[in-house]
Parts: sequence; structure tokens; C-alpha cells
Amino acid sequence: MFIWETSPSCRFDSLVPKGIAMDLNTITGYRYARSRSDLLLGDAERFVAGGTWMFSEPQLEATGLVDLSTMGWPALEASDDGLRIAATCTIAELAEMPEHEGWAAHPLFFQCATALLASFKIWNVATVGGNVCRSFAAGSMVSLAVALDGAALVWTPDGGEYRMPVERLVTGNGTNSLAPGEVLRAVDIPAHALRARTGYRKIALAELGRSGAVLTGRIDEDGRAVFGITAATWRPTVLRYPELPDAATLRSDAASADDYYTDPLGTEDWRREVSCVLLEEIRQELAA
Amino acid sequence: MRFTVNGSERDAEPRAGQCLRTFLRDHEHLEVKKGCDAGDCGACSVLVDGVPVHSCIYPAQRIEGHSVTTVAGLGTPDELHPMQAAFVDHFGFQCGFCTAGMIVTASTLDEEQLGDLPRLMKGNLCRCTGYRSIRESITAGVAASGKAASSAATTAPAIELPETDAAHPRGARNLGSTGADDRPPSLIGRSVEPPAARRVVTGTEPFTFDTATPGALHLRVLGSPHPHARIRSIDTSAALAVDGVELVLTHHDVPALRFSTGRHEHRSDDPDDTRVLDDVVRFVGQRVAAVAATSAAAAEAACRRIVVDYEVLPAVFDPEEARSPGAPLIHPDRTPADRVDEAGRNVIATLRAGYGGDVDEALAASDVTVSGTWQTQRLSHAQLETHGSIGWLDDDGRLVVRTSSQVPFLTRDELCRLLDLPQDRVRVFTARVGGGFGGKQELLTEDLVAITVLRTGKPAVYELSRTDEFVRTSVRHPMRVAVALGASRDGRLTAMRVDVLSDTGAYGNHSRGVMFHGCAESISLYTSPVKRIDAEAVYTNNTPSGAFRGYGLGQVILGVESAMDELAIELGIDPFELRRINAIREGEVPLGFFGEPEPDMRPGGYGLDQCLDLAEQALRRGNGVEAPDGEHWRVGEGMAASMIATMAPGGHISKTTVTLRPDGSYVLGVGTSEFGNGTTTVHAQIVATDLGTSIDRVRLRNSDTDAADYDTGAFASAGTTVAGKALHAAALALRHVLVRTAATISGTDASACTLGPDGITVGGRLVGFAELIAAAPAEHRTGDGIAASAAEYGEHRSLAFNVQAFRVAVDVRTGIVRILQSVQSADAGTVMNPEQCRGQVEGGTAQAIGGALYEEVMVEEGRIQTPVFRMYRVPQMADIPDTEVLFAETSDDLGPFGAKSMSESPYNPVAAALGNAIRRAIGSRPYETPFSRDRVWRLARDAEASVAPIWTA
Repeated sequence: MFIWETSPSCRFDSLVPKGIAMDLNTITGYRYARSRSDLLLGDAERFVAGGTWMFSEPQLEATGLVDLSTMGWPALEASDDGLRIAATCTIAELAEMPEHEGWAAHPLFFQCATALLASFKIWNVATVGGNVCRSFAAGSMVSLAVALDGAALVWTPDGGEYRMPVERLVTGNGTNSLAPGEVLRAVDIPAHALRARTGYRKIALAELGRSGAVLTGRIDEDGRAVFGITAATWRPTVLRYPELPDAATLRSDAASADDYYTDPLGTEDWRREVSCVLLEEIRQELAA
Repeated sequence: MRFTVNGSERDAEPRAGQCLRTFLRDHEHLEVKKGCDAGDCGACSVLVDGVPVHSCIYPAQRIEGHSVTTVAGLGTPDELHPMQAAFVDHFGFQCGFCTAGMIVTASTLDEEQLGDLPRLMKGNLCRCTGYRSIRESITAGVAASGKAASSAATTAPAIELPETDAAHPRGARNLGSTGADDRPPSLIGRSVEPPAARRVVTGTEPFTFDTATPGALHLRVLGSPHPHARIRSIDTSAALAVDGVELVLTHHDVPALRFSTGRHEHRSDDPDDTRVLDDVVRFVGQRVAAVAATSAAAAEAACRRIVVDYEVLPAVFDPEEARSPGAPLIHPDRTPADRVDEAGRNVIATLRAGYGGDVDEALAASDVTVSGTWQTQRLSHAQLETHGSIGWLDDDGRLVVRTSSQVPFLTRDELCRLLDLPQDRVRVFTARVGGGFGGKQELLTEDLVAITVLRTGKPAVYELSRTDEFVRTSVRHPMRVAVALGASRDGRLTAMRVDVLSDTGAYGNHSRGVMFHGCAESISLYTSPVKRIDAEAVYTNNTPSGAFRGYGLGQVILGVESAMDELAIELGIDPFELRRINAIREGEVPLGFFGEPEPDMRPGGYGLDQCLDLAEQALRRGNGVEAPDGEHWRVGEGMAASMIATMAPGGHISKTTVTLRPDGSYVLGVGTSEFGNGTTTVHAQIVATDLGTSIDRVRLRNSDTDAADYDTGAFASAGTTVAGKALHAAALALRHVLVRTAATISGTDASACTLGPDGITVGGRLVGFAELIAAAPAEHRTGDGIAASAAEYGEHRSLAFNVQAFRVAVDVRTGIVRILQSVQSADAGTVMNPEQCRGQVEGGTAQAIGGALYEEVMVEEGRIQTPVFRMYRVPQMADIPDTEVLFAETSDDLGPFGAKSMSESPYNPVAAALGNAIRRAIGSRPYETPFSRDRVWRLARDAEASVAPIWTA
């Protein structure tokens, strides 16, 4: 059969891009947000951060864009509590983050950036927040946040705010729990995760293609171990252990994870298997 | 808002939702190209304050107060930036459409980053070159930029003379024989740079859409949401009410005449099954209506307001089901007179052929038999310039169409038929075409543009998006190919049975030719006393298939060459040896479908033996690349051979002229198009050599129905063997006129006359061109020059060969296939331009690696699931290894200077060779392309599982 076999639910159908936008011809308004009061969306307005996804597909339901890049949020703020990554921090800024004493997890930042299909030129424009809010399974800023227990700081239209683990914010491939008008302000990475040793693997159907699976692993100073499966499962999968598990346990847990899926970037069975294989490579690295 | 572009201050307001790419192009920065409009291909790359970005997904609003640099801001044709110079010197482009963005991106790199090129360049796709020449260009450009410190530009064009000895096995080895005479050093066999090179690398060579079109209407099309439906009614009133809309076309407004989008020398080759707009739609995305408006935005808005009442009809997507009883009929009213053989079972064409007796008996009587069924997938040509055309009325009220086409003359002829216009009322021409690969041997946009221009009297533009390319142009025919081979113990074939099922999708464009051609040289390459071929091309409600590099051969070769490999394994015979035993020999004329020698075949210098030796030796020699560490990596070698006729059967015509101007320049009138094939370079080389002049005195007027008498088109790799041959004859005819004239003037014998760049030297005196023109016979005079014409009719064909070999490592845990060594040997006859010809082989190999490992246009219930490049995996730099290109030393009897065609054929053996290497690495054969990681992993897993019990037994 040459017709691509589909999973019965066909739930990725909504993810097939609706085509190409040369220009966003339904957009008639473009305004820059400079204060929180500018963040109240009008009818059919959308937030735009880098714009690299927004301008890549038709946005027929939208008539106005509100540009967050002028909010003046510092891209990266380090403190004793950890690292605050502004939603408007570009991928390039994140990938070039200088090393910080004690943050053994530093390599993971660049690694997760490379998991993006996006070229380094897109890194110059695309943002961490945009990637998280698109919430694609292959969105590797989600991989990064999930690997490091990142929490989303969300501003609500009524002036309030709340925090939610990115692991839970992302509810599916291309969906999240953000309500209309809510803005992702930042992703906060706790210090204990930044001090952890980490491992990383990415695989796609082509060497640098859009990810079929992104695997992360982390061993904290207190010995707790956390493994992340993204891109391969419909929403982030996190496996937590009080100490580094043995190979059989990790494989069994990874293999029995829900939500492996089939789309043009990989089949469910392959995603499941390569996730197991590559997680084991990470486990061995972390055990060394 | 204020901003600067290439140092010039600008003051303009972009629209709210406009991207930087279109904003720059609105301001006549046409050097910024469009390849995908989704940030995937990089053709639109520019620098914003020195930082590279993809301008197609960059909000134009943000450019206020910033400075933009395009490729034209880096350097000019006279003062190239070092990176631009490097792309010229290293032949770092073919069609040149990706080049502007490639150079802009590369210009930001430094020496330290060269080791990381595959990652840094992954956002710049090239469909032509296979990336080797781009890697070399970037490496050289970075080095030169470092040295040149500032903007010191290089001005001297470097013509690189090729290495010709065996110590340089990756360069060209055979430069052919050019014959000794009084001419200055021949340019045949030299790597002359393309005439447009300096313009291409500076973004100043115009492509189809790189021209201002003031007042033009923009066309947009409403596509069908259903794979099969009858249109009960269409309400266009709301669309017509949109401000700016000037015309809405539906099936009520267009000619009822049927035609084929596929174009050939003989229009009767293709089925007449297509209307400009039809009242029945047969695939998702088929044109339902077209809107012409003063802006693209208005046209798009109007399309959304068209109300269509569809009667949804049953659809069929599987070609086997489609030809089975009870299937919905897709073109029930077509007849054999329309070239649809059996509309009653969705069959366009059937081939039932063979000779030598009953094949099943012969198979049963064979010592050894092997068999298998292979399936190929849909592929997109993915040339970076999308289809499109621009039309207007000229001062005489004549329809002019500027289009992105491989076949301007055939397009003109069919437009004349469709619109009932005489040929002298239509002009069709192309600028430089941004890649084709067969996809532009179709009439896909010109009809709507022409109708809009004629109906409104206004210029009209129809430019497809990348998604349009996937949805409503054409794909490579998916084929199911079943092969059974019988052989004796000593390896001689005793029986061949091939059964092909080709899915042409909803329309039959090219389906007949692709099916017949696919079953020709793939099978006639081998001698077998008994052969049986059954093939059918079948309609389905899928997106239409069309012409694609190789024209059916690659699909059938996958089956035949894989089966040959299985036979070699079964017999324990080396696969190169098995080909030597069974392949067609020197001087042999290949047999047609019924065993008759093909009457138009005139095989010239035979190169298959050399190709087999060269590839085998290269594989034995190795290249020092090791498999990665770990017992899970399995290594295997595989090879495959292919044969191709040097032109299409049934005639391929080119009528050309060469005109001498008084200043000693020559103007070539030739109809064929340049789309990266390099024919303009080869044509200039031929004429400069024949007329003893320098390359800079040769100017081309090509691909224009006004500038040449006729040309069938740039397909079937005919640019050198047909158009080049015609030009060669025209140049020699002009030379004859000049020499005869000089002999008359000087009262000497013609043999005493020597033609040079400034005139003819005879008896110590130079007779200048002005004098020669004045004295030339009147019948050769044209304007203030003299001209000669010649035509080539392509009545005879020769044979060319390719052999591909791979050594691969396969990770059995993940299905990753790593190519450790890639070799292709090619029998190109005389290699006219070694760097260009090498580029054709490398590019064909790369495109075929894409089709073998990565690419698939996925369709579900007729709906495209891969409508953008981030879903459809065109190979990136990281995916393509260097391929060693080895040329056989042969010379053809038909081609100019002994040249053969070498554009399509390098594609053909690659997938089979890769499959054979994977088979030998993991012990299990892949039968379905692409040999993607998930499929290879499954095969390896199952192979290990089936082997394990034996180990443990």
C-alpha cells in the first residue's frame, strides 16, 4: 500500500497546515504591546511573538495582531531560585546563553534548540514562548521545559497570574490549557533542575528533520531521576524515579507510555521503539 | 515608516499582515525569492541589521528603523562579494533560484562554523545540486572573505580547467574528441561558467516573476474540498461584490474543449480529459473557480465567498480497486479517440507484450527463480520556483505569456487550440526557470492567465504557492511493480516477467508515455529469451501524477534491479558480474516490447562495461569512511544499473538560428529553456567553438516563441542532444557562409581562410565582419547581420548508461540508514562541460536519495497530508553525501561532438542501489519507497526475530 496508513482516530488531521500564507491578508491591524494594559485583546486579535509560525500559515479568523516583542521583558533572568526565560526570549538568545556556575544542565539548552526543524535564522526571530504556546508535540522548547520541571507563568486578562507546569500546560499536539486572552509571560526553571546532569537525544525520519522523538534525562543532586518523552507522544510524557532506574524498568515504563502516535513524521510503533532505545542510551550516560 | 535596503533610505508603509519578503519585492527588490513562504527553504533569506532571517515569515511592520541587506546588496556582477565569487567559481548553483538566499546565509558564516555547515545550512534547500558544490563554494567563500578582510571584490572571472587524469577520479575523465582544425582552443570539454552566473549569484538574473507588473490582476483559485463531486451550482455574486474583483470564472465561462495539461511534440500522445474548469471535480483541490482581482487579498477573499453546491460522488483511491468491477468511474465519457482506452474500468492505457513463449513455463523450467513486488510513492518535484505565469496584451493586441515552463512552444500551440487563436496572435516565453524536473512539462497556469487577459484586456498574474504545488500540480506516478526472473545456474536470464500498475490520479497527463517509457529501457537493458510485460495506467481520485525526472524508468528499474540483486544473492554471483552476463552488449540494438529491434535506435559509443568497472573499482577502493561504532550498525553494499535512450521516441524537434552581428557577436535563437540543466552554457560553448570566437561574444535568445522557429521543449534531456545539435549545424552553416564569402572577396581558396574572433584571416589580411556581412549572399542577410538556420528532428536515438553503487551502514535499532560511500558512473559520451555534467549526476543522485529514503507526498482519502516542506522532507545538506562521479570514455555517433544526454538518467538506478545495499546490510529486502527509518527498523526487527531461533536451536 502506498497510501499512508493512519491511526484510527486520525486526530492529527487538524494539524495538517491549511496551506501557505504569502501575506496575512485578513490582518488589518498591527499594534505593539508595551504595557500590560496593551495586552487586552480585541475581537479577533491574536498575540504574535516572533511571528515565524504566525506568518507561515493563513490566519483567516484573525484581523489584528498584538506584538509582544516590545514588552521589554528581559530575555533571561538568573536568580538563586533558578532561571526565568521570558516568553519573548528568542531561541538564539536561549541557545547562546552563557554558562553559569553550577548549572550542569546548560548543554540541554542548545541541544533542545537544535531539535527544532527551524534554522538558526529562525532562531533569531522565533521565541521560546511562541514555541511553548504552539504546543506542537515536536516543539522542543516544550521538551526543554518538561525536562527541567519548567513552570509557565501565565498572565490572565483580569490582571492576575498563575503558574502551571509546562508538562500540564500542553494538553495535546497543538493544544494547551491557555484560555483566550491569557499570555505566557515566562517559563521558570527551578535551580535544582539546572544543577542536574542531563542527557539528550533526538531522532527524526531525516537526520535534521522535524523531530519524531525527543528524549531527555536528568539526574538531580539528590539522586532523583526524570526522563522526558516529547515529539513521540501526543503530549509530553514524564517518567520520574527516586533514583536512576534499571534498563528494564525504564524500557518497560517508556514502552507502556500512552499517546505514541502516527503522523507524516513517524509511525506510532517506531516512535515507541526509538524512544525506548534512546532513553536507554541517556540512562547509561547518566549512570556513568 | 523609514528603513533602509542595501544602504538606500526608504519610506513606505507595509500592510498590517504583510511579510518582509513581499514588502521588499513590492519595492522592486526582486532578488528576494519565494520558495515556500513558510520559513522552510531559505530562498528569501535577507539580513536585518546584519542578522540573517527568513523574510517570508518576518513581519514587515518590524522593519521600521532597521536596515535590510539582500543578496544584491552584498555585491554586483562587476564587483562580486567573495561568497558570490565562490559560488560562480565552484558551480554552486544550477537553476539558481535558491542561490540568493544560500549566499546571504553563507555570507554570515566564519571559519569556525564550517564544521557545522549541515546544521547551519539546514534552512536553505537546494533541489538541483546535491549540495557538494555548495559546500565547496561556502568553504571557499568563507576563506576568501577572511582574507579579503573588507569588501575587496574579485573581478576576474575564473574559468577552471578540469583535471582529466585518473588521479582525479571525482572529476571528469573523458573530454571526448573535438577534432583538430584551425580553431582557437576548443571550449568543448571545458568547465565554462554559465553565461548567467554573475547575475544569478547577485540576484540580478530575472526569473519568471522577477519583473514589474503594474496594473496586473492577481489570480486565485478555489479548490474542490471533495475528491469526486458534480457541481450542481455555483453562486459567484458575493465574490463579484468584493472590492477589486474584476472577473470570476467558472465552468460556465471557459471553453468546453478538453485537453491534457501534459505536453508533447505530438498532442495525441496524451489523453484529452481535462477542462480549464469542469463541472465535475475529480480530486481534492481541483480548480472549481478562479478569481481575478486588483490584489491577491481581494482575490482570496472573493474565493472564500463563492458558494458551491456539490453532489458528492463516490471516489476511489486505490488503483487496483479502481480497475476492478464496481469501482466508481472517473471519466466514463472518454473514449479511445480521446486516448482513454477503457474508461469503463478507469484504465487509460494497457500494455500486454512479450516474446519468446510462455513466461510462466519458462520460469517453471528455470534453475533459479526470484520474484517480488515493489511499490513506489508519490513525489513532488519540489523545484524551488513554483509554477506560474504572467500575461498581457502587447502593442499589437497580441497575447503574451511569460511563464515558468519547460515547453513554451507546446504551451503556445495548445493555448491557440484552446482559445481558437492563430499562432501569430500568441507569444509564449520564459525567463530563467527556477527548476523543473518534468513538473513544468505541463500547462497548469497559462490557460487561466490567458483567458483572464483576453476577457479583461488587463495584465494578469497567477503564481502558485508551495501548497498549490502539492495540491494541484502533479506528482511522480506511484507504481506497483511485480518482477519475476528465471535464470540458469551460470547466471543467464531465462525468463523475465514484469507487471506494472501505475496510478495516474484524477487526470491522465503523461500517464501513457510514462507507462510505456517506464517499461522500455528498464527491461530491454537485459537479454532474456522469454519476456512478458503487462502494464496498466489507471485513474483514481488522487492528485494527478505527471512527468518526473526519469519518466517512469526509475519506478520499474527499482523492481527489475532489486530482483536482479536478489537473483545474484540466490545464485551466489557478484551483482556487477550478473549485469555483465545479461546486459545488452556493444552494438546491440535493444528489443522492443514484442522482441523487434527498435527501429529508430542507433547506439553509439557503448559505455556500460566501463560504468560497471568504474563503479565496482570505486567500491573496492573504498573511501575510508567507517561505519559508526556499535554492533547494531550493519554494513552492506549495493549497486544497480540503468539504461536510457538519449531522447524521447517519435521525434523531438529544434529549429535554431545563429546570427552574426557587425560587431562580431553572435546571437543564438534557440527555443529550449534554461532551468538549471546548463544547456545555455553548452550551447554557447558549441557555437563559440564552431565559430572560433570567445564565449563572451555569444548571446542567447532562448525559450521564446518569437526568438526561435521552434523547439519541442526542455524535456527528455534534449538540451544538448537535440537543441545543441541543431545549433551546431547552424553554426557550421554560418561558418561555411563566412568562409565562402571571404574566399570570394580575397580570390583565394576557402581552405586558406581562418575564422577568428575579429573576422577571417586570409593571406595575411584580416577581413572584418562588417565587410563579410556586406559581401555575403543576400539570402543570408537579416537586418544588419547574417544568419544561418538548422534543425534537428530527433529521428534517431542512442543509449546512455548509469551505474550507482552504495556502501551503507544501518542501525538495526532505529532504522537509520547512513550512506558511507556513494559512487555513480555515467556514460555521457563526450562530456561537454565537466563541472556542469558532474552537477547533473550529483543532483540526480541527491534527488533520488530523497525519493529513496525520505520523501513522500502523503494522501489520505485524496487529501494531501504533507502540504509544506516541513512535512515533505526534501533533502537538506545533512542528508546528502558526496557522490564520486566517474565518466566512461565514450563518444556518441548522434550527439554533437559525441555527447549524450545526462540529466534524467542519473536519478534512475539510485533507489534500487540503496535498497540493495540495505538488503545486504540487514538481510531483509525493502520493497516500498521511501525506505524510511520506520520501515527499515521494522524490516530489521523482523529479520532478527526470524534469524534468532536458528541461533538458539
